[in-house]
Amino acid sequence: MYAPQILIEAALNGLMTGAVYALIALGLTLVYGVLHIINFAHGALLTVAMFAVWGAFALFRVDPYLAMLGIVPLMFGAGYALQRFVIGPASHGSDNNVLLVTLGLSIVLENALLALFRSDTRALDSDAALQVVELGPLLLSTPRLIGFAASLAVTALLWLLLNRTDTGRAIRAVAREKLGARLVGIEVDHVYAVTFGLGCACLAVAACLLMPTYYVNPRSGAAFVLVAFTIVVLGGMGSITGALVGGLIIGVVESFSGLLLGDSLGQIGIFLIFILVLLVRPTGLFGARA
Amino acid sequence: MLEVTGLRAGYGATEVLRGIDLSVREGEIVAVLGANGVGKTTLNKVLSGVVSARAGEIRFDGQPIAKASASSIVEAGLIHVPEGRKIFPNLSVRENLVLGSYRRGRARRAENIERVFTTFPRLRERAGQAAGTLSGGEQQMLAIGRGLMAEPRLLILDEPSLGLSPLLVEEMFTLVRTLNGQGLPIMLVEQNVVQSLDLATRAYILENGTVALEGDAATLAADPALRRAYLGL
Ligand SMILES: Nc1ncnc2c1ncn2[C@@H]1O[C@H](COP(=O)(O)OP(=O)(O)OP(=O)(O)O)[C@@H](O)[C@H]1O
Ligand SMILES: [Mg+2]
Repeated sequence: MYAPQILIEAALNGLMTGAVYALIALGLTLVYGVLHIINFAHGALLTVAMFAVWGAFALFRVDPYLAMLGIVPLMFGAGYALQRFVIGPASHGSDNNVLLVTLGLSIVLENALLALFRSDTRALDSDAALQVVELGPLLLSTPRLIGFAASLAVTALLWLLLNRTDTGRAIRAVAREKLGARLVGIEVDHVYAVTFGLGCACLAVAACLLMPTYYVNPRSGAAFVLVAFTIVVLGGMGSITGALVGGLIIGVVESFSGLLLGDSLGQIGIFLIFILVLLVRPTGLFGARA
Repeated sequence: MLEVTGLRAGYGATEVLRGIDLSVREGEIVAVLGANGVGKTTLNKVLSGVVSARAGEIRFDGQPIAKASASSIVEAGLIHVPEGRKIFPNLSVRENLVLGSYRRGRARRAENIERVFTTFPRLRERAGQAAGTLSGGEQQMLAIGRGLMAEPRLLILDEPSLGLSPLLVEEMFTLVRTLNGQGLPIMLVEQNVVQSLDLATRAYILENGTVALEGDAATLAADPALRRAYLGL
């Protein structure tokens, strides 16, 4: 058996990674819950944000955490504009079209990045990744601890936005009752775009939290989004709480199966869970029953 | 207050409204009656900007609104409480009311919620409950309450008594009278022809996409053609 210290460290590492996964899943589940579409461009948009963080550091030495101040609003704006002026108009009100449009968008973005950066992998050339915090006998990676705290904070902010502001209430209203929403003067196209923008803003925060310890190439986003899909299914499509709890669970599962099976097989645990959830509880932990 | 002339609208190839002329003046209750599927709900949707007009003119307070967005029509104070309630089932009763003042009446939101709760004490008891779990009658109260939150200058009610028990229907008509008594002009779409004509100042009967009969509600109630067609008398 493993020493308790190793197990505890694995659990904490899992939680820390899981919180950032949750952030990525949050964007996906929010867009699904309100627009009722699966955004296939989510991964490519994450990659774009990660390249933006890398670029800001490589060119101007902007600290990745500081970069949030610029990249988060930029990604929000890009997401807003994409939904309002590209995805929305191109879909002509049909959900099938939206799927194709977001899929097409992801292909365009990925290939644009390939053309610009080739398939090389890049990381921030700083030693911030190596800093650790001592917690009694435990050593925890500082950037991952920051990632954990920031992810929880952003999730809490998003919850407050959705439940305590008019914009948030309008988002939740549009998710279930479009005609009613229009009759109280809510502009549905605007709310859709804000929601898509928020999903992209979550990705931007995740990118800033990931880059100190990860690397980026034109396909990195896709790997994260595969995990995020599992989280969304586990937590329940459209559920914010589900995304957070699901993210933490998946993080811990990945960490333990990595410990038991080795790094390369670590993700097997995640997909076992994915299949189990689909078999046993297809609505997920917090999903509404159809 | 509201002037509609030559209004045409429809869906795809089908034309539902084929030239409607109608008006609502200050202080009036105007009943709009007609058989199922004649286009009453369509008319309301065109007036509130969620279905577009193909021809004709709509003036609200003298301003043309036939091409205006739904949100700017709400902003102007023309409030439509739709058929089937269309409340937000996943939001609490209080949140539904709060969103009623999303575009208009935000400044007096807290006072207006109090007023709605005074009018419908049942809603106060259920303030924190998800609106989707309310009974049909309570949902109808909520839909009207949400409409009142926008401080309407003209209220359109589309079949407010649909699915209510006879006692509640009576209450609903009393409420319409009370609101009107406070100076609010109301356009009332109803299946309860007798009660509506009793309540209304004037009435319009729609048939085949146009106004077949119109006039003073009391006169119409006595009209033999109408009594035959709609009351089976
Ligand atoms: N979204 C739509 N698409 C196509 N046709 C529609 C649509 N909505 C309504 N219609 C058609 O338009 C006609 C008028 O419908 P509308 O709902 O306005 O009638 P109504 O007078 O309100 O009827 P009811 O008394 O049953 O409520 C009907 O024939 C209906 O089938
Ligand atoms: Mg109708």
